[in-house]
Amino acid sequence: MYVAVKGGERAIDNAHAWLAEDRRGDTTVAELSVPQIREQLALAVNRVMAEGSLYDPDLAALAIKQARGDLIEAVFLIRAYRTTLPRFGTSIPVDTARMRVDRRISATFKDLPGGQILGPTFDYTHRLLDFKLAAEGAPLAPTPQAAPDMAPVPHVTALLDRDELIEATPDTGEAPPDLTRQPLELPANRALRLQALARADEGFILSLAYSTQRGYGRTHAFVGELRIGAVAVELEIPELGFAITIGEMTLTECETVNQFKGSRTEPPQFTRGYGLVLGQCERKSIAMSLVDRALRWKELGEDFTGAPAQDEEFVLSHADNVQATGFLEHIKLPHYVDFQAELELVRRLRAEALAQTQPSPRAAAE
Amino acid sequence: MSDDAYNFAYLDEQTKRMIRRALLKALAIPGYQVPFASREMPMPYGWGTGGVQVTAACLTPDDVLKVIDQGADDTTNAVSIRRFFQRTAGVATTESTAEATVIQTRHRIPETPLTEGQILVYQVPIPEPLRFLEPRETETRKMHELEEYGLMHVKLYEDIARHGEIATAYAYPVKVEGRYVMDPSPIPKFDNPKLSDNPAIQLFGAGRESRIYALPPYTQVVSLDFEDHPFRASKADHACDLCGAAESYLDEVITDDAGSRMFVCSDTDFCTGRQAAGHRGRLSPLSKEIA
Amino acid sequence: MTAPQDASVLSGGFVEPAVQSAHAFRALLAAMARPGTMQTVTGAQPPAPLSVAAGVALLTLADPTVPVHLAGAADTEAVRAWIAFHCGAPLVAAESAAIALGTWDALQPVSRFSMGLPDYPDRSATLIVELPALTASGAHLRGPGIRDRAELSLPETAAFIANRARFPLGFDCLFTSGSTLAALPRSTIVENA
Repeated sequence: MYVAVKGGERAIDNAHAWLAEDRRGDTTVAELSVPQIREQLALAVNRVMAEGSLYDPDLAALAIKQARGDLIEAVFLIRAYRTTLPRFGTSIPVDTARMRVDRRISATFKDLPGGQILGPTFDYTHRLLDFKLAAEGAPLAPTPQAAPDMAPVPHVTALLDRDELIEATPDTGEAPPDLTRQPLELPANRALRLQALARADEGFILSLAYSTQRGYGRTHAFVGELRIGAVAVELEIPELGFAITIGEMTLTECETVNQFKGSRTEPPQFTRGYGLVLGQCERKSIAMSLVDRALRWKELGEDFTGAPAQDEEFVLSHADNVQATGFLEHIKLPHYVDFQAELELVRRLRAEALAQTQPSPRAAAE
Repeated sequence: MSDDAYNFAYLDEQTKRMIRRALLKALAIPGYQVPFASREMPMPYGWGTGGVQVTAACLTPDDVLKVIDQGADDTTNAVSIRRFFQRTAGVATTESTAEATVIQTRHRIPETPLTEGQILVYQVPIPEPLRFLEPRETETRKMHELEEYGLMHVKLYEDIARHGEIATAYAYPVKVEGRYVMDPSPIPKFDNPKLSDNPAIQLFGAGRESRIYALPPYTQVVSLDFEDHPFRASKADHACDLCGAAESYLDEVITDDAGSRMFVCSDTDFCTGRQAAGHRGRLSPLSKEIA
Repeated sequence: MTAPQDASVLSGGFVEPAVQSAHAFRALLAAMARPGTMQTVTGAQPPAPLSVAAGVALLTLADPTVPVHLAGAADTEAVRAWIAFHCGAPLVAAESAAIALGTWDALQPVSRFSMGLPDYPDRSATLIVELPALTASGAHLRGPGIRDRAELSLPETAAFIANRARFPLGFDCLFTSGSTLAALPRSTIVENA
């Protein structure tokens, strides 16, 4: 016998209790602390900060713990929290040329002012499972340290720019749009596109960038420079009349140098793709700069080849994983009203179609 | 009980002002989708964030809120949204359509006629009625500007050519006051006639797509059709097996693995109200108790 | 220590902003949804010559993202300071205003206000029109939000007939008098009584 579907309240309470239990897991295993996540799963923390658009390693670590390691869920928690934060002001643009770099590599020059700094990278590790890590860690031998070099590290693109070998990107002084405070408006300018890409899903941007390398909107990219390090965040205080440093944050910046054959009005020159991401997010920043460059086809007078990575509306409408996951997963919500409407329709259309095309089986048998 | 850690109805005042300005413009241009700076809410996009933001911008502490999903107050997502507002706005809630001042809904318009002074807030997944004909926002915006709705009529006509009727059963497009073609959200087309000339204020919120639109009371809303194929609001050809209602929208419930089924009102408040008033359906458990 | 500013500048705002602006917005919503209906609002005490209702409308809708134009007698030092303190809205010329406030005469010519764009008709001005009196009698109103016919004491009809003819473009009006307000969106068809 049918029992009216009741009990939604109780079902939700019980599901939440069960979730909390599963999150904790086996209680004979020590509980993870937020500082442990922050320190030892730092790249996950960085990804959550980047896609959550909120630079706070402790909150990102807490979100990862609460989300049981589901990073998109953690990004979602951070975004929802971010909504409730009042905005006190806007920093002056951070200066990545004054970055205190931990890592800085150029694929276009063997050596350059400021030097190549490999930094803490997976790049040349052999991807062999290190079973020593499965055991309780012994104290590490200290990493050799060089004396800190406080000299500025000029951008590779600035060096190319001096000879006008790369397109100029003068500062127009125009305030960038704010995607978090204004609805996305299309067509978007580059500042808005970059903002959307910076908080976009890493997997989506990675695959789009990869597709350009395979010929779907090829951009002939070289990594002119990739740098990771800390920059000062400065805020103009109107009462003081000057800017003060309110903190520092780690950023990853990638500048690609791309081939450009020139046009009727422009001599041959290199062009730029740009990626800037909160935290240490190297893969994301490289991918971002490739997608940025692919999206610039119109302003550079190139052809639209129909490649997904060139299609601004397609890329910007689908790059946000909080939007995507919400809408994707909403189809598990009840839809029985719509389905019922479809059911009636299909039954009626079938009945009409069968009545027209087939004699009834009984009539045929007779 | 409200949660003091957050502002009344969760959103900060500046966000509410932004939504409120959008709502007033939406009322001034019925059926036109006003872009608004949708915020990330503590529930997922696609789960009613647009409706929740509209409700949050409208609620006062004196309101009585009803939340339904698929017509029912006790579906899990309706419970979750109702609890959100109990917690963040401390408002009274009800399951009774007549007692509610604000009703947030997903996929249905209540059976009990709405009255002046009530607000019906729809959760909208895809606000653009032309989206599945033209995926680009830049294009569909132009089509609305120029009232170029030919594509929609071609699509509906192709349905007729292929199936003998318009094969859209829900989210059936409407034209508002002879100007904007509008998506009524995925309500069954059975509910479409209730959109028109309704005494309540109808507000539509699409969070992920950042759009708000509205129908003021007594707005003329016409479901798109053709002279030789007029619009028909259809439903299952049964009466409710619990309350006997012949004119309400029904859910089909499969009751065993041998193909047995029953039909019950999707509007649970309407159905319980009728049963309380003594109405009985074919399979009403109450009718047995009485017997 | 001297008083920082005229005390009236700092006072007259909402004491409980979240709740008072929620009630005020519901009045604005009801007014805009049902053109010609009278709504009573409270909670603002703006400097003269602003009415309580105009003050409530500003507190509810204006903030640093909303450029406001003050027309004629409404453009006083005290009003400017009050808006700066309570709303933080930038004061601008008529052409770039999202909200314009003044008497009907002071707002003339209304053709200078933003009517919205053909693809974004929502980007249009809202006029807060201060009237000496506001009653549900006078010009005949029909259209969305009105069951049969409504009446409103409009300052004239020609401008509103012209505004309706531009639909979906056009400005939207809030009429204020004392603590009463009513609305006339661009969608309303106005006819002489």
